[in-house]
Amino acid sequence: MAVVLVLVVIAVASVLFHLLSPWWWTPIASNWNYIDNTIIITFWITGFVFVAVVLFVAYCVFRFRHKPGNRAHYEPENRKLEFWLATVTTIGVVAMLAPGLFVWNQFVTVPQDATNVEVVGQQWQWSFRLPGANGQLGTSDTRDVSSDNPLGVKKNDAAGLDDIIVEGGELHVPIGKPVKMLLRSVDVLHDFYVPEFRAKMDMVPGMVTYFWFTPTRTGTFEVLCAELCGVGHPQMRGTVVVDTEADYQTWLEQQHTFTQMMASGEVKTTQ
Amino acid sequence: MVNIPSSIDDTIPAAEVEDVELYHSHSWWTTYVFSQDAKVIAIQYSLTAISIGLVALVLSWLMRLQLAFPGYFAFIDAEHYYQFITMHGMIMVIYLLTALFLGGFGNYLIPLMLGARDMVFPYANMLSYWLYLLAVLVLVAGFFAPGGPTGAGWTLYPPQAVLSGTPGGNDWGIILMLTSLILFIIGFTMGGLNYVVTVLQGRARGMTLMRMPLTIWGIFTATVMALLAFPALFVASVMMLFDRILGTSFFMPAIVEMGEQLKHGGGSPILFQHLFWFFGHPEVYIVALPAFGIVSDLISTHARKNIFGYRMMVWAIVVIGALSFVVWAHHMYVSGMNPKFGFFFATTTLIIAVPTAIKVYNWVLTLWRGDIHLTIPMLFALGFIVTFVNGGLTGLFLGNVVVDVPLSDTMFVVAHFHMVMGVAPIMVIFGAIYHWYPKITGRMLDETMGRIHFWVTFLGAYLIFFPMHYLGLLGAPRRYYELGETVVNPTSAHDLNIFITLMAWTVGAAQILFLFNAAWSLRRGKESGGNPWRATTLEWQTPTTPPPHGNWGKDLPVVYRWAYDYSVPGAPEDFIPQNQPDPERRSKEHST
Repeated sequence: MAVVLVLVVIAVASVLFHLLSPWWWTPIASNWNYIDNTIIITFWITGFVFVAVVLFVAYCVFRFRHKPGNRAHYEPENRKLEFWLATVTTIGVVAMLAPGLFVWNQFVTVPQDATNVEVVGQQWQWSFRLPGANGQLGTSDTRDVSSDNPLGVKKNDAAGLDDIIVEGGELHVPIGKPVKMLLRSVDVLHDFYVPEFRAKMDMVPGMVTYFWFTPTRTGTFEVLCAELCGVGHPQMRGTVVVDTEADYQTWLEQQHTFTQMMASGEVKTTQ
Repeated sequence: MVNIPSSIDDTIPAAEVEDVELYHSHSWWTTYVFSQDAKVIAIQYSLTAISIGLVALVLSWLMRLQLAFPGYFAFIDAEHYYQFITMHGMIMVIYLLTALFLGGFGNYLIPLMLGARDMVFPYANMLSYWLYLLAVLVLVAGFFAPGGPTGAGWTLYPPQAVLSGTPGGNDWGIILMLTSLILFIIGFTMGGLNYVVTVLQGRARGMTLMRMPLTIWGIFTATVMALLAFPALFVASVMMLFDRILGTSFFMPAIVEMGEQLKHGGGSPILFQHLFWFFGHPEVYIVALPAFGIVSDLISTHARKNIFGYRMMVWAIVVIGALSFVVWAHHMYVSGMNPKFGFFFATTTLIIAVPTAIKVYNWVLTLWRGDIHLTIPMLFALGFIVTFVNGGLTGLFLGNVVVDVPLSDTMFVVAHFHMVMGVAPIMVIFGAIYHWYPKITGRMLDETMGRIHFWVTFLGAYLIFFPMHYLGLLGAPRRYYELGETVVNPTSAHDLNIFITLMAWTVGAAQILFLFNAAWSLRRGKESGGNPWRATTLEWQTPTTPPPHGNWGKDLPVVYRWAYDYSVPGAPEDFIPQNQPDPERRSKEHST
């Protein structure tokens, strides 16, 4: 009987824990509330199945536990029942997969008007690069990384000269405009993760990865690295500030371009 | 209702080959140490696996200390923390679970359940164990090497695994880890070929494939999968070893490490991930399928009822095994691979849920209208159902590509895979040990200690991993030495971490009781007799218990029926052993 009681308590307490626990996702700050909705659907379906199975087991133990003289029923197969259970399961799976794939399609389809923002990871800090007046990012190569050019921007690519470089500081993005994050690493795997944005993606040396989102509320958010990158992994933090358009422009004007950065570097070396 | 006839074919075929003389040992050394008897090898495998598993258990205690009381224990610095989590993960997945299910239970049960005298290649079987032991020793050597073991995480992702920012990356740690894996795979291949050929060629007369117990189906399918999946890890390990030692660039693109240009260039870190998970996902089922098989037999035996839908169960095992080779990239949704892959891998992953769900239904439908004996193996089987259903369902979150995006690399993942491939299979391992210990030793494990062990382990493990999902939902990333002050680490989460750590220590301590029980019962346990559970399968029908070398005495058993003739209407007992002829057949045979 203890078994029956414990099984029922597990089913009920798990549901209560889900409903009452203080640990729930952070208030969302991007357009990916579709993802949250898909999680909610999945919780409903899986929660129902979990409770149903555990309570069914509890009932079986209660009703069919051994008593002297009992004998089990002999029934090797029941094709009809197995067919129905498989069908219902398939429907449940489709109910989760369909919205999932639908939202994934949105996730991988970057809007035409998205602004490019580059994030560069290195052990153990974040840097950022924004397109300058010409609206596009210059090319880059890990081979060009040096102490005065930490992001490896190609000096002979005119498109990169006006790029805005933000080193080890904080990134600002304007609210309400889609952003395409171009992710790059110069050493090991990292992962650009802001819990409030829901989206994340690994940064892989040797290639450029991406994801997109639209910030939906202003505020300051912490960037965490979500892919183990060595002993400094937990210290690899950064900041993203979602600004109003006016605040964003003010911030943008204070930043330095790649040309300015190179010049100040030369000043340093000639002294 | 379809009745599976207990005699599908009316005649038992004659033996295809004569009984081959076994290798007989001549000394204590060749009987108990360099043994070629699968039962001895099974015990060697099991004891080694459990010993190294205890090391991994202690490592989990230490990492939980850090998570509950960050920075309080001076000897757990960031380097050590990452070394602990890496070794814990690798040991548990490969050196404990894989070795125990296939090397341990596989060796013991395949010949006995199939009515064979031994594995078909006993010498290779012996080598398999000694290579496994060597692999374990090389792995342990990492703790004593300069720089300590690798701290790259059990997934060993390059480039960080072989660079100086990671513990053991430019020291001995990663070299010893990769060498140990290579040795393990060579050793496993020798054992694995044995298991497959023995199942295909060594079965007793009358033991058709569709009469095999599900335990054997699970171990057999898992072994076939392992033989196909481990080569991917083998190749990846060799290539990474070359990258580390010879300076090749299989997985190494152009890299600037701490301001210095490295000589590497042109390699692909993502290639490693594809190879790793081409092994790594089947690996989940390499652990799960033997557990599925064993728990089916535990439930059937202790509920005194045939397993419901045997044929569907067999096909579900085979289909899950096949599908598990086309889902690997669901571990890589946010790896930076082409995101279009997500559509394919999410679909294949969720399709696996259907045969898996069928297995769950058939387990619970076996309980329905059964005669449930709440023995300790049955308790563990029930614990398995709860934890497996829980862990399996959260897999539907992570498999569904877009849902994985916020949850990947968080504590949700840690909670999920511990529940589904840690706690659930270990429930089965314990159930199986309580179930087969009497056959191995001739004595029962102590019931009272067993019950305490079950309740603490089951409830404790559930209390560890169920709430942990919600830390991940909150956004707490995994593999963090310390989270510090952040929005995803409120005070309440800190309290929860202390609770989880207390539970982890409690569950770990309960295993001491289990070990004591296993040692104590060896001499003091109640004598069990040959078939204490009144089970149908062949291993319980041996002439002597524990079974001697050669298992069966003079004559090999002959199989007349499937493995699940429990509570057959009209039969005098509630079980009919597989080697018991039908009364009608016996008269038929006599008359001819």
